[in-house]
Amino acid sequence: MIGASIRPYRVLPNQTFLEKSDMFTQSTNVLVTLIPAIIGAVYFTLLFISLKRPLWLGIIIGSGAGLLGSMIFMVPLNYCTFEPDRDPIDVYFGIFLIVVGVSVSFAIARSIVAFFFSGQRRSLIDHQVSAGTFKGWLMPWLLLLPTLVILALFLYYPSLDTFRLSTLLTRLGNSRTVFVCVDNFTRLLNDNTFSIQTALFLIISLQLLVASQTVFKNSDTMWSRLFRYSLILSNVMFFLFMVMPLIFSENYYWVLIATFSISSAIVILSLTISLGIATMAYQPIRGASIYRTLLIWPYAISPPVAGIIFFIIFNQTGGIANHLIRLFGGEGLEWKSVELAPWTIILASVWKALGFSILFYIAGLQNVPQDLLEAAAIDGANAWQRFMRITVPMLSPITFFLIVTNISYAFFDIFGTIDYLTGGSAGTNVMIYEIYNVGIRNNDLGKASAQSLVLFVLVIGITYLQFRTTGRRVSYGA
Amino acid sequence: MTTTVNMLTETAQPIATRADSVRRIIPKRWYAHVVLWIACFFIGFPLFYAMLVGTQNNAQVINFQILPGDSLANNWQSVMVDRNLGRYMVNSVVLAVVVTTGKTVLSLMAGLAFVYFRFPGKWLVFGFVLITLMMPTELLIIALFRFVSGQLEWGGRFEALAIPFLASATGTFLFRQHFANIPAELSEASQMDGANPLQFLFRVLIPISWNTIGALAVIQFVYVWNMYLWPLLIAPNGVENQVVQVGLRSLLSVDTSISYGPLMLGAVIASIPPVIVFVLLQKQFMSGFAITRDK
Repeated sequence: MIGASIRPYRVLPNQTFLEKSDMFTQSTNVLVTLIPAIIGAVYFTLLFISLKRPLWLGIIIGSGAGLLGSMIFMVPLNYCTFEPDRDPIDVYFGIFLIVVGVSVSFAIARSIVAFFFSGQRRSLIDHQVSAGTFKGWLMPWLLLLPTLVILALFLYYPSLDTFRLSTLLTRLGNSRTVFVCVDNFTRLLNDNTFSIQTALFLIISLQLLVASQTVFKNSDTMWSRLFRYSLILSNVMFFLFMVMPLIFSENYYWVLIATFSISSAIVILSLTISLGIATMAYQPIRGASIYRTLLIWPYAISPPVAGIIFFIIFNQTGGIANHLIRLFGGEGLEWKSVELAPWTIILASVWKALGFSILFYIAGLQNVPQDLLEAAAIDGANAWQRFMRITVPMLSPITFFLIVTNISYAFFDIFGTIDYLTGGSAGTNVMIYEIYNVGIRNNDLGKASAQSLVLFVLVIGITYLQFRTTGRRVSYGA
Repeated sequence: MTTTVNMLTETAQPIATRADSVRRIIPKRWYAHVVLWIACFFIGFPLFYAMLVGTQNNAQVINFQILPGDSLANNWQSVMVDRNLGRYMVNSVVLAVVVTTGKTVLSLMAGLAFVYFRFPGKWLVFGFVLITLMMPTELLIIALFRFVSGQLEWGGRFEALAIPFLASATGTFLFRQHFANIPAELSEASQMDGANPLQFLFRVLIPISWNTIGALAVIQFVYVWNMYLWPLLIAPNGVENQVVQVGLRSLLSVDTSISYGPLMLGAVIASIPPVIVFVLLQKQFMSGFAITRDK
């Protein structure tokens, strides 16, 4: 099922990134740009009919959004994915990019339309507070100048350059660049990515997702909730182990799996353990501030140092982990193996993140109103029910915050730990480490940039999902 | 008048019983203390173990000795002198201090500009800064590396380590939030006294902002000290501006076999400054997080 070997780069002459060429002389390009425009016009006309707004505005906005969405990826690429000699996978990927661009631009246009026609517009009028402000317009610009220059040079410019680099084949120290269209991306994919089988499996996965949200939606019994959660779990398993191998190349698939498993283990372990400890220790007691210091100081340890420390703990012969295991009669475990190495990383990272989470949970638990819990106890709720139905929901803002912090740690800060603890060996080669491997060790800047973009999209996707699911359930007050 | 009413309505103290005096010997909520002690033990244990190993030589490490060994002096020599860790520590200190100071200054100025001035396009600029929150350095690292070492040709130089991190959206927002909560009368009074914006900043704003400055300082110092990926790229082994996190690498790949003692000792030494800064400025750190969350 997993696709074939590495595809070679297809290099076409006379091509660079964003160079103005005769891209609209080719009929497919024109077609592929106009169709979204027409779809957009139709969609927005219907929308405007339902909103009872002028139709001509709908047509303009719709076709504009369609045009913009299809061109935003294609113009910089010079529509290279639709060239005559391209493989089908390039064409499909090009279509995929257009679909993504158009969906995003439609979504943005819709929210702009909703905003403008909902009467909330007035609050956007420039409400600059005038009390206490200084006169003059030059001073603020002078004050902001260093910040803006540095942000523009060292954050904005590299961000945009990452897009450009992802379409090139280039090495550091060599100013020569070769335009390879989307090959850096398609090499992460599989020959099966755009096949019928993949489409079918994706549809199954989607159906499982929809089912998990709608089945027994209004029922809150333990069984129905269990059923829904098992649907979600089976969907995740199906997606990870059946769908993803069809989409991604074998090498990159394992990178993604490693990232997913290590990150989720870190988040789940970190939050549950810290919540458990916090529930037993949040009562106001003497020496609370001393405990606080003793719990949270690993925050100041660097990820590389955490890697070094756990490197010795999990050392095969002299490490304390195996020593303890031998003490209890077992044989030392092989901590460097593919199965166990991720756990060393996970434990090192959870160690670092634990105190931080404990602290926030203690603060949160202290804010849970006691009378609410007492009332529930009087009503006959046992300790577990009180915990799950009252305490946990009241902690949801903190849980939300901690999930975001821990995910960001697991995706990015973990690099130092991995470099010192396992050196990125099999099983611990997560996305950020692969980017380093490919971009610096192998000096393939283009491919590393492409992978950075994939990671970026993943982070955005996760953040968006976070806000959609947990964010809505967060209750900020009784 | 109110106090007398309060005194009258206060309930009388219960009479102490024998059971109470027994209860008072065992601290209240002893189980909480037990749990916390266990948690602190497990959290503190790895570093203790590392310190232990730092005093041992290789033979003692392999055979797992629970008592401190005798190789502390040897390991110290190996780490600080042979491997130059002392130099790397100095580099890290200088870098952390420079970046923290620079970031604080730039964020103070930006916060001042956003709160105490009106100018056209203010919200656009604000958005410009806001969007950078979605650009973590790790995602740009490849393009940034190419830019800094290729086009700017700052490879291995101090500027490459420091300058990209001098501006901060989080710092700007921290101070903006803090300044926005200060009553406007303060600034009006200063203007009536004829102060210009910079004098206002130095004489009025900064003295009341020490908590926030402390919060930013501790977060940034720890962050810069612990930075690994960027220094690894731009100032790798052997370069004179190397920082301690990358310098520890040389302890890992030593000759033919690894000396665990010096490695652990190096790790412990490298952790001392950020832990000290963090513990000293803990209160500011917690208050800083409270502000950023309420945002």
